[in-house]
Amino acid sequence: MPILNMFKKAPLTARIGLFIIAVNIFLAMLAPVISNYTETEISGDVWEESSADHLLGTDHLGRDLLTRLMYGARNTIAIAVVITAISFVIGSLAGFMAAALGGWVDLLLSRAVDIIMSFPTLIFALMLLSVLPNSIPSLIFVIAALDATRVYRLSRAVAMDIAVKEFVEAARLRGEKIWWIMGQEILPNALPPLVAEFGLRFCFVFLFISALSFLGLGIQPPTADWGSMVRENAGAITFGIFTPLWPAAAIALLTVAVNLIVDWFLNIASGLKDQ
Amino acid sequence: MKELTTLILKRVGQGIITLFIISLLIFIGVDALPGDLAESILGQQALPETVEAFRKELKLDQPPHIRYFTWLQSFARGDLGNSLSNGRPIADLIGWRFANTLFLAFAAAFISVPLSIFLGILAALYRNSLFDRLISMTTLSAISFPEFFIAYILIALFAVQIPLFPTISNIHDQMSLWEKLHAIILPGLTLSLVVMAHMMRQTRAAVINVLASPYIEMAKLKGMGKKRIVFLHAFPNALSPVINVVALNLAYLVVGVVIVEVVFVYPGLGQLLVDSVAKRDIPVVQASGLIFAAVYILLNLMADVMSILSNPRLRAPH
Repeated sequence: MPILNMFKKAPLTARIGLFIIAVNIFLAMLAPVISNYTETEISGDVWEESSADHLLGTDHLGRDLLTRLMYGARNTIAIAVVITAISFVIGSLAGFMAAALGGWVDLLLSRAVDIIMSFPTLIFALMLLSVLPNSIPSLIFVIAALDATRVYRLSRAVAMDIAVKEFVEAARLRGEKIWWIMGQEILPNALPPLVAEFGLRFCFVFLFISALSFLGLGIQPPTADWGSMVRENAGAITFGIFTPLWPAAAIALLTVAVNLIVDWFLNIASGLKDQ
Repeated sequence: MKELTTLILKRVGQGIITLFIISLLIFIGVDALPGDLAESILGQQALPETVEAFRKELKLDQPPHIRYFTWLQSFARGDLGNSLSNGRPIADLIGWRFANTLFLAFAAAFISVPLSIFLGILAALYRNSLFDRLISMTTLSAISFPEFFIAYILIALFAVQIPLFPTISNIHDQMSLWEKLHAIILPGLTLSLVVMAHMMRQTRAAVINVLASPYIEMAKLKGMGKKRIVFLHAFPNALSPVINVVALNLAYLVVGVVIVEVVFVYPGLGQLLVDSVAKRDIPVVQASGLIFAAVYILLNLMADVMSILSNPRLRAPH
């Protein structure tokens, strides 16, 4: 098993990253089984300290914080994965098309992406959200569309290198259709850099949703979500209660974990020993 | 020299065109929203006459291209229209808040730029040492941390556990400069930490990149000291990418300020933007968004021009 061997040779940092992600997924999937409470059940006083009943205490409405964290992992991670996947489909499709077709398609797409990227992402998202209905689909649409521009840049650059290779030229001369060339020739060769990029884009998207939710413009209550949980409990900190630090730390931890794995991946891909 | 001027003029022209297109996008984005702005603001129960009158007030009865140019024209004159939620002129809402935002961003830049360049060079100088590893560990985690996490850690430490600074950074005109600076230390520090990570990494990478060149090898073979090589030979040549990184991070600062302002309830433009998005006060969103975009594009433009200017290969006559 080559994959198993790869894991055996993984450096400590990558193992830590894998472990953190596994724990997160485990808790997220089994939240309803593990926890005695439901996502929105009020089960105690406001901002209770940690006890046997509430391991991490309670939130600003008296809901169990650990339960909310587990459900939050569920919602936030799931939405982030969906968004990243959509942005990859759109971005890499457009990028491959630009590289394979060239000409005005490439010019048009690239200039459009240049313009979108010359604008700060957060501000762009805020402006779009100010006119779109306040819902999870619009959140997914906005972030996926903005993120797709980054995926486009990378996949176009990668595909450009592949599109000039002999085997693509041969396929062209055989008279293969553009879809065949994109799917059979470009995609398999562009996969390794795109996989590493998926991790990085996931981090970006995940942090971005958390930021929007923190600003009160992302996932709306009572749905548990790490960013909104920080926002809801922010007031506690002035009383010396560190409830909002838990969800914030969870966000940071998961991002670090994904980054550690991406680093490991990039290291394998580039074959570099140093740095 | 002539080539250089054309290059810079070209880049400036590009920036102006981008800004123009962005303003068009902002306008269209708001204009093309499903439904009528007047209806969505007044609600479903509004009488048709009220909606009509309101449409007139918002000038929605005119064709879009005319509205766009009137909007742009009045924007250039400093007349940003009125806020929908409280009817006050937007210029009054934005002016002092924008000044506050710039104050905070500059304070953060003042701490972070020299410090991160210095630490970045040190990390390159003592490459692969414990100090270097420590710096790259911290920067890696600082990049992965959301701004609000860093902000709340700082609040927990320096405002709650050791009450040195206020948890809320409210500043107003009656405060002296010293009082203002005291109030913005924590948000300034948060912002600095976030951008420092990027700047240090890039400075280190740029200097290390230059260290691999043949003339550095030459200097080494001449028996020159390590510090002399780094500060006299490597750093000046690494300046172009470093300046670029600094300017890009300043652009990031102006945007990253949004979240930090919300955490510290700082009366800046970012806070206003977020509030207006929540209230769907679209004229305010348009105006503040355009200002943020303009500053961002301007700083990016500066980054490019500076890196053209500081690149000796581009400066030299061909």
